[in-house]
Amino acid sequence: MNITIDWANFTPWLSLFGGVLIGLAAVMLIAFKGRIAGISGVLGGLFQFSNVPKGHFSWRLAFVLGLLLSSAIYGLVWQMPSAVIDSGYPLLIVAGLLVGFGTRMGSGCTSGHAVCGIGRLSMRSMAATLSFMVSGFVTAYLLFHVW
Amino acid sequence: MQTFLVFISGLVFGIGLIVSGMSNPAKVIHFLDIAGSWDPSLGFVMLGAIPVAFVGLRLIEKQGQTVFQEPLHLPGKTHLDRSLIVGGFIFGAGWAIAGFCPGPALVALGAGYGKALVFVVAMIAGMLIHDHPFKRLSHHTQS
Repeated sequence: MNITIDWANFTPWLSLFGGVLIGLAAVMLIAFKGRIAGISGVLGGLFQFSNVPKGHFSWRLAFVLGLLLSSAIYGLVWQMPSAVIDSGYPLLIVAGLLVGFGTRMGSGCTSGHAVCGIGRLSMRSMAATLSFMVSGFVTAYLLFHVW
Repeated sequence: MQTFLVFISGLVFGIGLIVSGMSNPAKVIHFLDIAGSWDPSLGFVMLGAIPVAFVGLRLIEKQGQTVFQEPLHLPGKTHLDRSLIVGGFIFGAGWAIAGFCPGPALVALGAGYGKALVFVVAMIAGMLIHDHPFKRLSHHTQS
């Protein structure tokens, strides 16, 4: 397998700095609310209605609202980079179902496992991260080079 | 005040996703597709995020409570199980297909992309499909 680096789109510093902000946000959420910033868990909790403790929804809504408004706030100050979504609707639906189902089954996604979990040196999160990274690389290979 | 600070946390998280490039599915796919023209940038997101989370979470865990003197809710499970690995595998496949994981999908939804809305609705459906039938099943096996 030949690996060619896409230097034109390589943004190590911006990605590193964005990562620092993500880590900072995770620390903020645990400092302010005592919660792990796992997006799939925060969002999934909004759709659980049986036996939920008091205060189950408000912080989740506030955090999700922050995510939803981030591009608008970012756009007030800087030029918002465009997101390129090449997948058609059928693939988006399949991907969404897999991401939703898989993150609930695996107790977390990129944020909860790869940032917070590994940050806490959790073996479970390291294993989960390894699992979804390997799966992501393999799926991309199959999707773009085999089929 | 506390809820506002949680909102700010979500905002900072989203801005981090935007700045890092995570919220652009095309960039995610170029990261996962090693055999194409590979853009390794997103590896640097973890390099930036994990050390900050490591130090910060450690400090708070040492305090044992939030700045509002409330208890911390930390995951207690330590054992590896099959659903962790299989779930991760399913998630990874979906991530590579569309280039969206949950956080960036919400950011793109907020930016007004119709395709992100379709993805998020499907993602929530996937969450509900898992949570409902499987939870009832595990209740039965326990009782």
